[in-house]
Amino acid sequence: MSSIDDHGLPKQGSGIASIRALRKSYGANEVLKGIDLEVARGEVIVIIGKSGSGKSTLLRCVNGLETFQHGELLVEGVALLHDGARAMRELRQHVGMIFQNFNLFPHLSVGRNVMLAPSLVKKKHKDATEAQARRLLERVGLAEKFDAFPDQLSGGQQQRVAIARALAMEPSILLCDEITSALDPELVGEVLRVVESLADEGMTLMMVTHEMNFARKVSDRVVFMHAGRIHEMGPPDAIFGDPQTAELKQFLSALH
Amino acid sequence: MLEFSLWDILRNLLLAGRWTIVLSLIAFVGGGVVAMILLIARTARWRGAPTFVAGYVQVFQGTPLLIQLFLAYFGVALLGVETSAWTAASVALTLYTSAYLTEIWQGCVRAVPKGQWEAAQSLALDFREQLRYVVLPQAGRLAIAPTVGFMVQVIKGTALASVIGFVELTKTGTMITNATFKPFLVYSCVGLMYFILCFPVSYYARTLERKLHVKH
Repeated sequence: MSSIDDHGLPKQGSGIASIRALRKSYGANEVLKGIDLEVARGEVIVIIGKSGSGKSTLLRCVNGLETFQHGELLVEGVALLHDGARAMRELRQHVGMIFQNFNLFPHLSVGRNVMLAPSLVKKKHKDATEAQARRLLERVGLAEKFDAFPDQLSGGQQQRVAIARALAMEPSILLCDEITSALDPELVGEVLRVVESLADEGMTLMMVTHEMNFARKVSDRVVFMHAGRIHEMGPPDAIFGDPQTAELKQFLSALH
Repeated sequence: MLEFSLWDILRNLLLAGRWTIVLSLIAFVGGGVVAMILLIARTARWRGAPTFVAGYVQVFQGTPLLIQLFLAYFGVALLGVETSAWTAASVALTLYTSAYLTEIWQGCVRAVPKGQWEAAQSLALDFREQLRYVVLPQAGRLAIAPTVGFMVQVIKGTALASVIGFVELTKTGTMITNATFKPFLVYSCVGLMYFILCFPVSYYARTLERKLHVKH
């Protein structure tokens, strides 16, 4: 990846998202204690760590679902401002998000789920959004489910629809928040295969996941979070094969 | 003295029943509009709106409808504005209905999972779109049964408007009683008429509840 230097770190300024000295607290409880992270275009970043380490919160800060008190967050060079509704709408068009619990709209058909945001936000014509939705559903292997409702689908299928729905906004970065954690084990593979194909096509991804094998295989960089900080970061081989800190060693050994 | 047959009684009550229905509809439509505005103000967290709406709901739920009717009728007159029983009853019942509907609908909006808001936000929908296309359709489905059920309360509530001289079912019953001296017969007929109005509504509410529960 050309935008990443020899140390596996993206060059300053080439990032699609930059997070600088980001701090967030809930009341007196500081959950993010100064995060610095540059995400390069096309990079796949996997964030690992214990629950409560702040990894989901970090992800949710990137598209403004969580507010933060200090620091700076830029997506495509534009700073995230919480009180600017228009700026937030603009930013969110660049940032797609997929959730642990899918969060499909239960009152809309699969096709309408995918079509809703492009038609409202991008003011696209119905024919265009429908064609796009059919194309995206085919891409995630669910072309025949266009008229089905979310509650008629398995968890894995619902999550693939959620991916198609996020892609319909043509985001430049996709956030995945433990997207396989709510799935039965036999359904995890079908979702991860879709994510892997996105990575292969050059989509920028930030993923919080517990699927270490997947992280090892697909990611360009692994971020280990501990107690609200980035504790260790590097290419997957280094993080999994040669962990430096005691906390990471302990985290990895607890998985086996 | 004029002799009243049973048919005379029923005929007069039926004619008066129209005004009960009209007043109920005014209360329901007016109350629904006011409640929707309050709900949106509350949900959008307009400055001061959450506190105001909470207070509003508490005031109307914490005082008897009868007193609200008195205040609307005599209170507005104190301001030098001539109020008819019609205006006072319409205003009081509209406000009363809106307070309860706001409460019911707020509960339905709150019952929509937070993840639905978040998914809509992350798709760059603005607040109006989140509400219009994602949250309200789901809350609306939950709201239908309790809303229709509350309509029964409103229909029965209109009976109180009789005390400020609004001539509806109950007031007409009283007037006929005074002429016929047959209170038991007359009020039985009045009760029957309310039942005929309310039963289909509550039956419909129950059917809706069952149907919507099966689906989701």
